[in-house]
Amino acid sequence: MSETVAPLLSLSHISLSFKGVKAVTDIGFDVAEGEICALIGPNGAGKSSLLNVINGVYQPQQGEIRFAGRARRAMQPHEAAVAGIARTFQNIALFKGMSVLDNILTGRNLASRSSWLEQAFRVGRAVADEEAQRAVAEEVIAFLRLQAWRHTPVGQLPYGLQKRVELGRALAARPRLLLLDEPMAGMNREEKREMSQFIREVNQVFGTTIVLIEHDIGVVMELSDHVVVLDYGRKIGDGEPAAVRALPEVIAAYLGQQRH
Amino acid sequence: MFYQESGQFSTRYRQDGRALRLWQQRAALWALLALAFGLLPFIGNDYWFSAILIPFLVLSLAGLGLNLLTGYAGQLSLGSAAFMAVGAFASYKLQFLLPGLPLLLSFVAGGVVAAAVGVVFGLPSLRIKGFYLLVSTLAAQFFVEWLLTKFAWFSNGNESGVITAPPLLVAGHDFGSPAGRYLLTLSVVLPLFVLAANLVRSSLGRNWMAVRDMDTAAAVIGIPILRTKLLAFAISSFILGVAGSLWAFTYLGTVEPHGFDLSRSFQVLFIIILGGMGSILGNFLGAAFIVLLPIVLSILSGSLLSGVLPAGQLENLQKIIFGVLIILFLIKEPDGLARLWQGWRARARLWPLRF
Ligand SMILES: Nc1ncnc2c1ncn2[C@@H]1O[C@H](COP(=O)(O)OP(=O)(O)OP(=O)(O)O)[C@@H](O)[C@H]1O
Ligand SMILES: [Mg+2]
Repeated sequence: MSETVAPLLSLSHISLSFKGVKAVTDIGFDVAEGEICALIGPNGAGKSSLLNVINGVYQPQQGEIRFAGRARRAMQPHEAAVAGIARTFQNIALFKGMSVLDNILTGRNLASRSSWLEQAFRVGRAVADEEAQRAVAEEVIAFLRLQAWRHTPVGQLPYGLQKRVELGRALAARPRLLLLDEPMAGMNREEKREMSQFIREVNQVFGTTIVLIEHDIGVVMELSDHVVVLDYGRKIGDGEPAAVRALPEVIAAYLGQQRH
Repeated sequence: MFYQESGQFSTRYRQDGRALRLWQQRAALWALLALAFGLLPFIGNDYWFSAILIPFLVLSLAGLGLNLLTGYAGQLSLGSAAFMAVGAFASYKLQFLLPGLPLLLSFVAGGVVAAAVGVVFGLPSLRIKGFYLLVSTLAAQFFVEWLLTKFAWFSNGNESGVITAPPLLVAGHDFGSPAGRYLLTLSVVLPLFVLAANLVRSSLGRNWMAVRDMDTAAAVIGIPILRTKLLAFAISSFILGVAGSLWAFTYLGTVEPHGFDLSRSFQVLFIIILGGMGSILGNFLGAAFIVLLPIVLSILSGSLLSGVLPAGQLENLQKIIFGVLIILFLIKEPDGLARLWQGWRARARLWPLRF
């Protein structure tokens, strides 16, 4: 890989602790534009915490986050969304009382240009704006094949579909960087295959850069261009999937565990 | 059979996004409007207007105000009556201070003052949630009541705090008769319902529900939490403020703080619990229930229980029935009458088939 192009995301010396408990210690790595980067590591390794740092849900005590050419000490959630970072959560965080369509439309909230007064009176930019957001939401619905559940309250959907809707809400924002926290957790083989397919298509068709957390090593090896391995809050591997898999520390700390 | 979707497909997003998608729904609405504006004013008697229709409309509007805040944006409040009081007194004071101010404009201005007060009491919602927020809105309730009774300036020096509302003149027409007061109330309430129905189905409405359902996820997708919550307080209080003005001007005919005490706040809360949180139609259903129940009970007890029940006990009986119903609804149908209505409609769509 030539390193002439600046990475889209670059973390350096990130440390995060909760009341003295270290979740992430001195971690740094780069994510190139357009790649799929997998974060792997055993339970409690600090993977989710790191995603939360990237999009500002947690503010690290140390380190620097550089995204799209701009360096920050820490992110704020709103700032991250405006900068083009979208995500899904390990435990589904959908808006339970709302329909599939409305959940996906909330992903467009930053694109909405009309004021609330225009929306109340349905005048000015409000009508065209609502149609424009709806058109994007429909594209997402078609892409994820959610047409049949458009008006279903998300709380009534099975788990696998809820995960898909959450991906849809993130995609609706047309993000530059998509963070996926265990998008395939708890899914059966068929659902996993489908979800991998969606993720690959998002990456290839829209050119979206993706950072994902996944425990299934098979999926990780197949899907990702780049793997970062964490263990006890530290980085113990970083590189191409095949190379990372061969590292003795990684085999000992993580891959080894999968075998017995 | 008659209430069917058959063949009515939305071919444009705009159609699909309509509040009333089926022609049957729209026809029913037009029929209701014709009835409300064209027929009722001529066939109704004074009792209907003053004791049933006007309080029903005003309480529906108050329910709408609280429903936007609690049912849609998820912020609990027991301060509804306080915001109603602010609206009523502000409208009155503005009419007094600016002679010649059109009546409808003074209602709007009263709403705007209530909105400002609502935002101030909404500020704690940025830090506290649920039960604690409820307590802080309770503080608003007591504070406003105290302020309005303590300082005679608000009631123009009237010892009792009770003042007579000014005549109801709109564009030179006197709406002082019972039918006139009903028409005036209807003409203020319905447009506000239309605006609110538009709002909850637009971007701001979705942001409210997102904040209600999961505020961390809402923040992560870029919804400005602070602005969204404060707008909910402002718009909710505006509507409550207008409802307060109507309560004083077109229903009671007097402006007085005691009409806006804590039990009024509870009444508005019961309307949205019974009618349905997060439903526009539910406000009408809940208000109808609250207004009609005492009347039905007194008729029933007059005919069935006459002699059995001492007259003074009727009010207690009402309270007991109310309490039981509220509990039943919370357990059995937390989504309120609006949900029951939807269920009935879903069956009507298929009738005479069963599935
Ligand atoms: N909000 C929090 N408060 C306190 N401790 C936390 C918090 N979030 C995470 N931690 C701690 O930080 C460490 C890393 O947790 P994290 O959720 O990042 O792990 P993970 O790699 O995502 O694990 P898993 O595979 O189980 O999801 C754990 O010890 C966890 O208990
Ligand atoms: Mg995790």
